[in-house]
Amino acid sequence: MTVIPEFFQWLNNHYGLNFSVFYDAFEWRTFVKGIGYTFLLSALSIVGSVVVGVTGAYMLLSASRAARACVNAYVWAFRNTPPLVQLYFFYFALGPSLTHLVGETTPILGNVGWAVVSLILFAGAYNVEIFRSGIEAVPASTLEAATALGLSRLQTFHKVIFPLAGRISLPALNNNLINLIKTTTNAYAIAVPELLYVSSQIWAQNLNTAEMMIVLLTFYLLVIGLFVKGMHVWEKSIAVPGWGKT
Amino acid sequence: MSTTSAIFQWFPTILKGFGFDVLISMLAMGLGTVAGAFLGIGQISVHAWARNICKWITQFFRNAPWLVIIFFCIYLLPFEVQFFGTTIPFPAWIKGVFGLSFPVMGNVSEVVRGGIQSIPSGQWEAADAMGLSRWQTLRLCILPQALKRMTAPWMNTYAILMMATPLVSIVGVEDSVTIATSMLAAMRDPALMMPVYGLVLVLFFLYCAPIALLTKRLEARS
Repeated sequence: MTVIPEFFQWLNNHYGLNFSVFYDAFEWRTFVKGIGYTFLLSALSIVGSVVVGVTGAYMLLSASRAARACVNAYVWAFRNTPPLVQLYFFYFALGPSLTHLVGETTPILGNVGWAVVSLILFAGAYNVEIFRSGIEAVPASTLEAATALGLSRLQTFHKVIFPLAGRISLPALNNNLINLIKTTTNAYAIAVPELLYVSSQIWAQNLNTAEMMIVLLTFYLLVIGLFVKGMHVWEKSIAVPGWGKT
Repeated sequence: MSTTSAIFQWFPTILKGFGFDVLISMLAMGLGTVAGAFLGIGQISVHAWARNICKWITQFFRNAPWLVIIFFCIYLLPFEVQFFGTTIPFPAWIKGVFGLSFPVMGNVSEVVRGGIQSIPSGQWEAADAMGLSRWQTLRLCILPQALKRMTAPWMNTYAILMMATPLVSIVGVEDSVTIATSMLAAMRDPALMMPVYGLVLVLFFLYCAPIALLTKRLEARS
């Protein structure tokens, strides 16, 4: 395993291309930690935003007008304001106020926590719209059949609507989740030590901005490429034969 | 000083910063649209190499995080360029415009490709039968029809861009978010946090929501 550090050391000595993360053990550890945080932010906010999306879409089906109005207001507010300002609002304004309100002296959520919350709410608003249009695409006759079988509201949603609408929504959902992974870089602004943040620390120390940028871009393209591939395989594996686009 | 009077005092400055946000987004949209149109047409080129190059460039700029591309432009573009003896300065905000226009280019490229490919192939064949060249077909027959279908997704791209514009504040451009943050730092009053950031959110909402509404209406009509 010493081949890789030696190669990059040699590259630095002979060509001045300083990929310090690949030969400096300390920076490598920082870098890996940054990757860890990027994955953590992505994973938590993907799961959270899908849950928010499904819940919101279910509430839009509900008969209560107030519930529908709430969900619509949430979707409009979060889809039409910049995620960065949302993040600032949560972290700098809402965080301290909430802490004060509960009467705690220590913040109730750290920067990582607020980054996750704000990413979930931002992507969740898009997911509500995505699932809503997926639900609309479920044929009315299928729903009538479910009623004829005597399924309750929740049963219909859980056993008929969700499996079909989920499959219809999947391509749009993929796009939004990719966007979400890209948006995790915003957490840089509140000093969450994710990949962009640790990379900026590394290039501030070594003045190897260009090299670190290349590493960063390669990493993100690789991760997003793998995610797209994975979701595509999943999409294919759960496709209902003979139903929808083939 | 009370919270309201502090906000009233700063409101014009924040509004000016927001105007700068709008200006940056429009410039980036213009640049990105022109570049993206060429890239999108390149994606349907008859030459496989041109098609592939354009496809890869498009995918690259669509999948890279906006903030990373902005950093790229801020740090790696020169702060001035020598052009036939005259020095053209490159302030941070111009670099920000470039940084934002790259992802826009990728998105517009896909919009253009999708729009062109949504036109039935019969139109191409009919134009072919009338003896139009490929460029003529594209210019006279396909693009006028495709343009209508591209409008809504193009406006969606603008909405996405506007949401991303405050990212330039991270790299030191004096936009509304930067001004709000420095104002808050100067006032040192935690009670101001909520109204000031709330105000910025409202400004963005008032600008973006009508655009979103219009896009929705356009989508419904087509």
